[in-house]
Amino acid sequence: MNTLIIIAVDGVIFASWLFLISSGLTLIYGVMRILNIAHGSLYTLGAYAGASLVIAYFGRGFWPQGSYLVLLGAALVVGLISGPLIERGLLRWMYGRDQVFQLLVTYALFLILEDVVKLVWGVNPYYAYKPYGLLGQVRLGGIIYPWYSFLLFAVALLAGVLLWLFVTRTRFGRLVVAVIYDPEISTAMGVNVSRVFVVAFTLGAMLAALGGAFTAPMIAVVPGIAVEVIVLAFAVVVIGGLGSLEGAALGALIVGLVRAAMVHVFPVLELFTIYLVMAVVLLVRPHGLFAREEVRRI
Amino acid sequence: MRPLKQVLALKRWVVMVLVSGMLSLISTEAASQAVPGAPSHLKIGIVSFLSGAAASPFGIPSRNAAEVLIEVINAGKAPAPYDKPGIGGVPIRAVSIDEAGGADKQVAELRRLVLDEKVDLVIGYISSADCLAVAPVAEELKTLTVLFDCGTNRIFEEKSYKYVFRTKGHQIIDNVGAARYVRKVKPNLKTIAGINQNYAWGQDSWATFRDSVLKLKPDVRVVSEQFPRLFAGEYSAELSALLAARPDVIHSSFWGGDLEGLVIQATPRGLAEQSLLVLTTGDTMLPRLERDIPPGVVIAARGPHGALAPKSKLNDWFVNIYKDRYGVRPVYPSYHMSQALLGVKAAFEKAIAANKGRWPTIVQVIAAFEHLEFETPSGPIKMVLGKGHQGVEPSVFGITGPFDPATGEVKLTNVIEFPAECVNPPEGMASEDWIKRGFPGAKCP
Amino acid sequence: MRLVLGVTLAMLLLFLGLGLVLPKWILFLLTLALAKGLVVLSVVLLMHAGLVSFGQGLFFATSAYTVGFAMKLLEIQEAVVLAGLGMATSIAVAALTGLLLARYREIFFAMLSLAISMILYGVLLKAYGITGGTDGMGIASPTILGLTPPPDRLRLAMYAFTLVTVTVMISFVHRYADSPLGYTVRAIRDNEVRLEYLGISVQRTIYLTYLLAGGLAGLGGVLVALNVGHIDPQLAYWTTSGEFVFVALLGGTGSVFAPLGGAIIFEFLRTYAFKYSPYTWQMTLGIIMLAIILFMPEGLWTISKVFARSPREWRLSWKRSA
Repeated sequence: MNTLIIIAVDGVIFASWLFLISSGLTLIYGVMRILNIAHGSLYTLGAYAGASLVIAYFGRGFWPQGSYLVLLGAALVVGLISGPLIERGLLRWMYGRDQVFQLLVTYALFLILEDVVKLVWGVNPYYAYKPYGLLGQVRLGGIIYPWYSFLLFAVALLAGVLLWLFVTRTRFGRLVVAVIYDPEISTAMGVNVSRVFVVAFTLGAMLAALGGAFTAPMIAVVPGIAVEVIVLAFAVVVIGGLGSLEGAALGALIVGLVRAAMVHVFPVLELFTIYLVMAVVLLVRPHGLFAREEVRRI
Repeated sequence: MRPLKQVLALKRWVVMVLVSGMLSLISTEAASQAVPGAPSHLKIGIVSFLSGAAASPFGIPSRNAAEVLIEVINAGKAPAPYDKPGIGGVPIRAVSIDEAGGADKQVAELRRLVLDEKVDLVIGYISSADCLAVAPVAEELKTLTVLFDCGTNRIFEEKSYKYVFRTKGHQIIDNVGAARYVRKVKPNLKTIAGINQNYAWGQDSWATFRDSVLKLKPDVRVVSEQFPRLFAGEYSAELSALLAARPDVIHSSFWGGDLEGLVIQATPRGLAEQSLLVLTTGDTMLPRLERDIPPGVVIAARGPHGALAPKSKLNDWFVNIYKDRYGVRPVYPSYHMSQALLGVKAAFEKAIAANKGRWPTIVQVIAAFEHLEFETPSGPIKMVLGKGHQGVEPSVFGITGPFDPATGEVKLTNVIEFPAECVNPPEGMASEDWIKRGFPGAKCP
Repeated sequence: MRLVLGVTLAMLLLFLGLGLVLPKWILFLLTLALAKGLVVLSVVLLMHAGLVSFGQGLFFATSAYTVGFAMKLLEIQEAVVLAGLGMATSIAVAALTGLLLARYREIFFAMLSLAISMILYGVLLKAYGITGGTDGMGIASPTILGLTPPPDRLRLAMYAFTLVTVTVMISFVHRYADSPLGYTVRAIRDNEVRLEYLGISVQRTIYLTYLLAGGLAGLGGVLVALNVGHIDPQLAYWTTSGEFVFVALLGGTGSVFAPLGGAIIFEFLRTYAFKYSPYTWQMTLGIIMLAIILFMPEGLWTISKVFARSPREWRLSWKRSA
């Protein structure tokens, strides 16, 4: 019984993290049809910005709990700066090109940003782990968990709910949905698609940076943390169905739970988890869990 | 301030290359006078990770060590027995390249270093896969290649090489040593568990530790074997599994950012209080996590390096020049680099002496290098395995204690050193067999 | 047709001649690039059908490990036999995975192929006792047509072997591209549904193309294994497969020669980036890639067309696709 509780808790914690790193990717893909490899770099930027701001914050001796707001702020700043810069400065020249070309562009961008990070922050690690232990611990199923893990869950949940509300309840959000379903018709109906693109990309970048910023307190922030994140995020997005927020959430949850079960029961298979889940899901639902009906064009 | 420092460090590197170039011009005369037949300089290719996740913990600290050591050695400011400028009076010139790109890239890069850059020898390779891949190529190119940091014991146990050397002990010393240490500090050991990165290094380290413990104390049970992905970053579930399994001892060969992430995430969850954590590369995090390292954790440095280095003039000198330049103390990859450089210097100078003061051929250098014993900041290194091509080192362990403001690190208590003869198989025996047969020939205190 | 044959032969002679004069390290780089060029060609073949494979590493590694095990267990040293074996196993693997993958398109094809390749990566990593895990296994130098090249001529012999193998494959692929099957494949990319209405089995066509691509990538794996002399599971890792896709796009998909050109240029770009900016080679590479994408929308192959077109046309084409 205890093991089941632990698996569920571990699964949800990992799922929250997965959702944070993949929700931005699914949003960007849904709207812009761009598979953004540089998503990993935005995550890295978020982690570095979060870590260096938190270090500076604690250096001044401010109210420790405020560091969570600092992390949030770091993500917003990174998103607001890098999002429009990348979309306006680079990606918009690529619209109308083949999807794979846009992939190549984001890959080139990823390579560039890897070194930009090194030039700006150096290669020495950044440690911002103070916020991790700050909230204390809780005992669940006989095991100690840091409250921070549940903060991560709350952040992921909040980000998901806010995004969902934005997409379904606001006027601009509905325009986004219109563009997701059919960019051509939307343009014809007078939707300013390029504005939708900037906003969507910026939001996606913010989410990636949010994932990075809230991961920073758990890790040593070093160059090269992007690569692992990219394939995980891609897998979750494909499992959920491209462009589907609910899908990303469910996909993250499934992967999280399966992985936690593997770790506790059959650790040898941990490496395979995400790929096996992806293969099985695609076998059953070839376009992911929440795939939209696609019109076949003749 | 860090970025600026980095930029400065890069600039210094460039300046250093220029300066050593100029020095070499100036000292050409002197060199050729001192050693007949000597070249104007000795060009060394230095290969270590400059990008990717292994750059920060390994690649840059070892490149830094090479940079500062070469500068000081060229200036003739190193203490005895390394006080001759350069190598036998010939200044060293270094060219640094990135180890990234995988085995095929590194094989191509080694060829380029030798045939295009015309390096006289190569010191490099952190990844064991790269070491295994480049060793046959070094033979083909007939180029002296000193492996300085990779851990696998397979290199000289599967094959023998003429041009390839390794001036440090292999992974066996860390994990056999860990097993022996655990046996000493926890005589009533009942259960063990491991959390290791899911690739050869982690698998090898864990298998060696587990088999050694089971050999030393057959009634021990293995309760959990965790293998998270390399660079996974998030270890919630694995830590829960380890907490739930409640082992007496948890072994981990995690390194770099993964190690620090593991400790950061394990500490608030009380893992170090519940079980005895054994971190075979733990030394690298001592200067980084400072006072936030939990007490009671077993730390090693893959040999007598860093906080576990012997007290010696050579070590004080190395720590000082490194600290002066980079603001932090050297960690074990830096020590490994010093072993390789000083080993090369010792071998060349021995070969010059054997050659009656004339500059030696590479074959003569190799003859001098084989079975060489030389002093390093990590103590004496003996090239006794792999037909004299593989060095052995002792293995040292300590337990973290209270924070010491003087060093900015936690103090290590209960320090035990296992001599090289205790944690290395005898020459000609594969490590795996040695452990299986119950460590025949091991001489332990 | 005859023209292409002529060009192929001329290229073969040119490259053979180059082999005699180039420095050995460049020769090795060229050998590696040619071998990888085959894998890139396989990616391009699939791209013709509108499919992007992020899992060509599957075949790349399958055949490389076939070579490894054939040498270790069966003690086969002959390069031609090893090439045949490597191709056979990768085609066999393609025949299996193709049954599944032929139904998928777009990113789902990409990610599913990635997943399968990563599962192989995991198996190779875990089957550590026999594969050596991520440390990999060594590959001895082969014999070529029963002859053992002397050590100092080994690289040149391997280069010639690689070159001839690649040339044979290129002419084969060129014939295929000109065959009804080849035309069908490109039609799939344009409009799959229409093709089905014409009574052509899209799945079957894709399956056959996938087999061919698997065989080509497998052969590339054999050549890389024999030349590098070391194999490890990284061959099946997604970043390796990803690199092939990027090189394919960089080279362009317009001709069977484009992937080879792309592979050669990429290897040299990366090598010089390593040499001249060891600390920022990724950035250098990224900027060059961006420049190529911006100014040569159809890949590096565009260069060859510049000579064949008037400048005005060239500008128009750039505008159209931008």
